[in-house]
Amino acid sequence: MTRIDVFDPPLCCSSGVCGPSVDPQLAAFAADVQWLTTQGVEVVRHNLAQVPQDFVTNETVRTLLADHGDGCLPVVLVNGEVRHQGAYPRRDELARESGLVVGVSPTKPRIRVSVTGTGGCAPGSGCC
Amino acid sequence: MDTIAALAANATRVLFFTGKGGVGKTSLACATAIALADQGRRVLLVSTDPASNLDEVLGVRLGSQPTPVPGVSGLDALNIDPEAAARAYRERVVGPYRALLPASAVASIEEQLSGACTVEIAAFDEFTSILAGARDGSPHDHVVFDTAPTGHTLRLLALPAAWTGFIDTNTSGTSCLGPLAGLQGKVQTYRESLDALRDGAVTTVVLVTRPERGPLAEAGRTSEELTALGITHQRLIVNGLFHASGVDDPLATALAERGRLALDTLPAALQVQPRLDVPLRAWAPMGVDRLRSLGQVGDDQVLPRHDAVPAPGAPLSALIDECAATGRGVILTMGKGGVGKTTIAAAIAVDLASRGHDVLLSTTDPAAHLGATLEGSVPRLRVTRIDPVEETRAYTAEVMASASPDLDDAGRALLEEDLRSPCTEEIAVFRAFARTVDEGAAGFVVLDTAPTGHTLLLLDAAQAYHREVSRTGGAVPDAVRALLPRLRDATYTKVVLVTLPEATPVHEAAHLQADLVRAGITPWAWVVNQSVAAAAGVTDPLLRDRAAREQPFIDEVLARHATRVAQVPVLPDAPIGREKLLALAQGARAPMPVG
Repeated sequence: MTRIDVFDPPLCCSSGVCGPSVDPQLAAFAADVQWLTTQGVEVVRHNLAQVPQDFVTNETVRTLLADHGDGCLPVVLVNGEVRHQGAYPRRDELARESGLVVGVSPTKPRIRVSVTGTGGCAPGSGCC
Repeated sequence: MDTIAALAANATRVLFFTGKGGVGKTSLACATAIALADQGRRVLLVSTDPASNLDEVLGVRLGSQPTPVPGVSGLDALNIDPEAAARAYRERVVGPYRALLPASAVASIEEQLSGACTVEIAAFDEFTSILAGARDGSPHDHVVFDTAPTGHTLRLLALPAAWTGFIDTNTSGTSCLGPLAGLQGKVQTYRESLDALRDGAVTTVVLVTRPERGPLAEAGRTSEELTALGITHQRLIVNGLFHASGVDDPLATALAERGRLALDTLPAALQVQPRLDVPLRAWAPMGVDRLRSLGQVGDDQVLPRHDAVPAPGAPLSALIDECAATGRGVILTMGKGGVGKTTIAAAIAVDLASRGHDVLLSTTDPAAHLGATLEGSVPRLRVTRIDPVEETRAYTAEVMASASPDLDDAGRALLEEDLRSPCTEEIAVFRAFARTVDEGAAGFVVLDTAPTGHTLLLLDAAQAYHREVSRTGGAVPDAVRALLPRLRDATYTKVVLVTLPEATPVHEAAHLQADLVRAGITPWAWVVNQSVAAAAGVTDPLLRDRAAREQPFIDEVLARHATRVAQVPVLPDAPIGREKLLALAQGARAPMPVG
């Protein structure tokens, strides 16, 4: 079974609704994560603001952070290997990397780019 | 007959004192705690007010741990300082990682945990532990909470219901609890807090109010809201009941009559509550000895005569002259709840409108009553209200609409669920505040802000948010981006601090001013409201004594706090409606007879 670990930047919450402007990409990613779960993929999200310990324990992530600072976040590991950093992947990418048939995705691939510059629940947004 | 002794005689283990700021919650909470201790009980007195003045009233330096109150055997007191609680909470999360994570990552965690919700949550967490502690193994027989002003208190009290309900109904487990996520293990503790609040054998909520229409209506609303939350064991204290000494002083007669009328027309919710009356005092209830005699109905009404009649300061209209000259901008009235911010805001707005300016009058106070203050429409004056419930609904709809093209049904459901988070309201209100301030670019905006603590959280959010906006330059509404620079620009925003000519309100306003200055906002003027010294023809001895005792505080404001000060008289009639508000602003008075 595939396991995906998502190391998020410090977020108030994983769907980003707490931000002064909600990042549609973050909301969509939360939906993608839920969809992957229904497809039998194990997805674990780690929020730097809530579980900093995970970022220290994971050797790969700790090295990335030490080398690039928190600009490398989010980091997505598929079965322990770095597949994405600095941006959230699309659902079809995640599906492919999880060995799922891409066609089963019930939504069209999203091409819309986030219109908000802030990362959903932006650091210092005042919501947290 | 001693009112406070009557209250203490059958006290439950937990007592909450709630009411609009300035009604005397702190004094009565202290007096009750002292009365309980004097009966031989062990008592813990707790303030959850971000602007607590428990130290000043009891004359002892308090912290976040119980400190014995000198002169009262068996009484300990403490302050829950929300900022300090938030700092401690932040340090618990971040501290262990300083050496392990890059500095930028540590800084971004800290920033993430520096906003309004962390403060609310950390304070609530402290409050819950004390409440839980009051049940198991506490050395105290009673815990007396001197709670924050009404709006804030209700939020505090509503939180266990909101959170417990939220955790209950959230099905995905990815709940947006923000910094609260780490506290999910405490669901049980929060439930127990709520159970204790609802159990009339354990908890009494004492609604403190003054014999005036506004505060009584406010207390009525509080009572209804508490009842709706299942907190039904309530009691009413009417504080500062005034009896005129004779019939020859029209102001005294009118004030006494006003109080009587207000009590004759008690809101329905209050009529069913047991009521206690505390008389108006010539002296300030400061220090243990004074507090002990607060509830006594005695003959202290015999007073020394104060013949020196202070001259009144400049009227409010003098400040408005200066504002009007700019032709536009934002006027923010700030101050502790109950000092008359709403009335002063309405008077400024009505006066500006009467000079031919278009004016928007609005409030962020959840317990606002602008409609009741204006009593009808005024030409050129538009009245709006930032309603947290409505703003949250609109914001949620907006987010759902903008996100929906990208989301399937499951995604929409997930987002909708997360938007039920307690954080959403903060953000929605914050955006509405920014939007209202934005209107000051084109005309006059007068904003009657929420009580001190909440306002500061709002402004703090603006500040933290401002830093973020400057860095990312994202697609954030222009109004939000411009907010803090505008609040700091005295030609755009004039902050008017409202206070009363009494010790505690003046000191609290000074603290608020210091906080604002730290945020880069320098208040423009002070308004000393409800001044007896500024009123016409006072002869009643109790009122004359109060007038004379006002002077040191007015002097203090002039000497130490403000470059512009207006002094607004207490009026025979409640300042309601356009004409009376204009009269309030003009503040003309006949000279007070000497002797």
